[in-house]
Amino acid sequence: MSLIESLPRVRRLRFPRADGLIPWIVPLAIILLWQVACVTGFVSARVLPAPSDVALAGWKLLLSGELVRNIWVSFWRASVGFLIGGSIGFTFGLANGLSQLSSKLTDTTLQMVRNIPHLALIPLVILWFGIDESAKLFLVALGVFFPIYLNTLHGIRTVDPQLIEMGRIYGMTDGELFRRVIFPGALPSIFVGLRFALGIMWLTLIVAETIAASSGLGYMAMQAREFMLIDVVVLSILIYALLGKLADSASRALERLTLSWHPAFQKH
Amino acid sequence: MQEALRFRAADAEVVDRAEFIEQARQVRRGAEAPTRGLSLTIRGLRKSFGDNEVLRGIDLHIPAGQSVAIVGRSGCGKSTLLRLIAGLETITAGTISFGEETRAEDVRVMFQEPRLLPWARVLSNVEVGLGRERTSPDAQARADSALVEVGLDDKRAQWPAVLSGGQKQRVALARALVSRPRVLAFDEPLGALDALTRISMQRLLERVWQDQGFTAILVTHDVAEAVALADRVLVIEDGRIAHDIDVNIPRPRRRGSAELAALEGSILKNLLQGTEDTSDL
Repeated sequence: MSLIESLPRVRRLRFPRADGLIPWIVPLAIILLWQVACVTGFVSARVLPAPSDVALAGWKLLLSGELVRNIWVSFWRASVGFLIGGSIGFTFGLANGLSQLSSKLTDTTLQMVRNIPHLALIPLVILWFGIDESAKLFLVALGVFFPIYLNTLHGIRTVDPQLIEMGRIYGMTDGELFRRVIFPGALPSIFVGLRFALGIMWLTLIVAETIAASSGLGYMAMQAREFMLIDVVVLSILIYALLGKLADSASRALERLTLSWHPAFQKH
Repeated sequence: MQEALRFRAADAEVVDRAEFIEQARQVRRGAEAPTRGLSLTIRGLRKSFGDNEVLRGIDLHIPAGQSVAIVGRSGCGKSTLLRLIAGLETITAGTISFGEETRAEDVRVMFQEPRLLPWARVLSNVEVGLGRERTSPDAQARADSALVEVGLDDKRAQWPAVLSGGQKQRVALARALVSRPRVLAFDEPLGALDALTRISMQRLLERVWQDQGFTAILVTHDVAEAVALADRVLVIEDGRIAHDIDVNIPRPRRRGSAELAALEGSILKNLLQGTEDTSDL
């Protein structure tokens, strides 16, 4: 038993930061392989520029200020759209999870709207809003709404009824019951919704920016395609990957912070 | 496997400690402890769920501070009776009265499942039991002393997920005790525990009951447990009290003694008799 207990500790002592580096081994290896393939001429630069060329293009755009401006515009659209759609979805999820009346009134309608792919609304949205900011915000908000709504609702509906009964027996008021039993119980499910929503947020934004925009990462990629700047196109794609990873890490950190009670998040 | 053994060892340790405390207390306590329990009178109690009449007229008086075990086959209505006493179901007909005015904190229930909030530390789970007094300044101190009572004061800052089944149930007991209830209803509280943990929990229940003098109502399917813990055993059959048996065996009762075994045997025989009767119909 003492041997089994001490084994992981010994390993951690010997390779103190290895655990944090392991996830990056594969991406780094791919970039290395890619560079080698380009330099040796195995892949033509017109098909796929070398990572070093992509980095160079990024550096040039960074110096001109174009890159930072476009990332900032996209980031702003993503977060504002997410906040609007997320808070509406969360509110409906809470209301329909807690109130039978509200659920009867709105759930059927919401389920019907949910089955329309929100990107199919792009032509309509352009007609309504033009290629203005509001068009992008609307699409992002709509895309984010449903995963947050569905998972909040599911989380609240599946809170252990025995715990709710316990709360009532011990004299909790409705507010206390929500704060101490229902909301914490729904939180793991809400986080699942949050992470789905973050993925949909980027997807929607990029598609919207690619089709109709005059700034942002999607616009930058489309402009680059017009001028056959394939290195900038690849750069945009890599930035999407990094931003997506960043959003996911942020939500994971939030999960670890608030779900420390959950066996799945406990450090041993 | 090693994990399981370790938990049991920890439980066994508490048993020894509990017995030690018990002995010390008996030496210390010269006079009889004042009774804090409430008496309970039930008259003509009926309960139906739709067309199904579960309780068909229960008349019962439980003196203050008595410990009563309710046994019966599954579906006989024993849990329903307990839930009615605890105010968790509405009465179809009849009355339940506690002799005097009661506050919500005076009657507490302990279930088969611990029903702890997984997202609250052990101590705040116990604080939940204070009811409306949760916000009072001494709440934490009271929760702490309830944890000491069940021998889990060293686990106050843990999450429930890391506790063993028996430890979770002890936290649930501390939560039920923290408001100093005058009636404590147990709905198969030990049903989900393994045999060794069960025995240690039975001793713990007996000790806190003797210490605090509440009226204890224990629903169980385990007749041995009923005769070991209770002053009186009620056998419920078909929604009525079929037998009302006083257990006049002095405490501390020795587990496995001939007296207990004989009493358990006769109650079991009654219960089995009932089974044969219905199978004849």
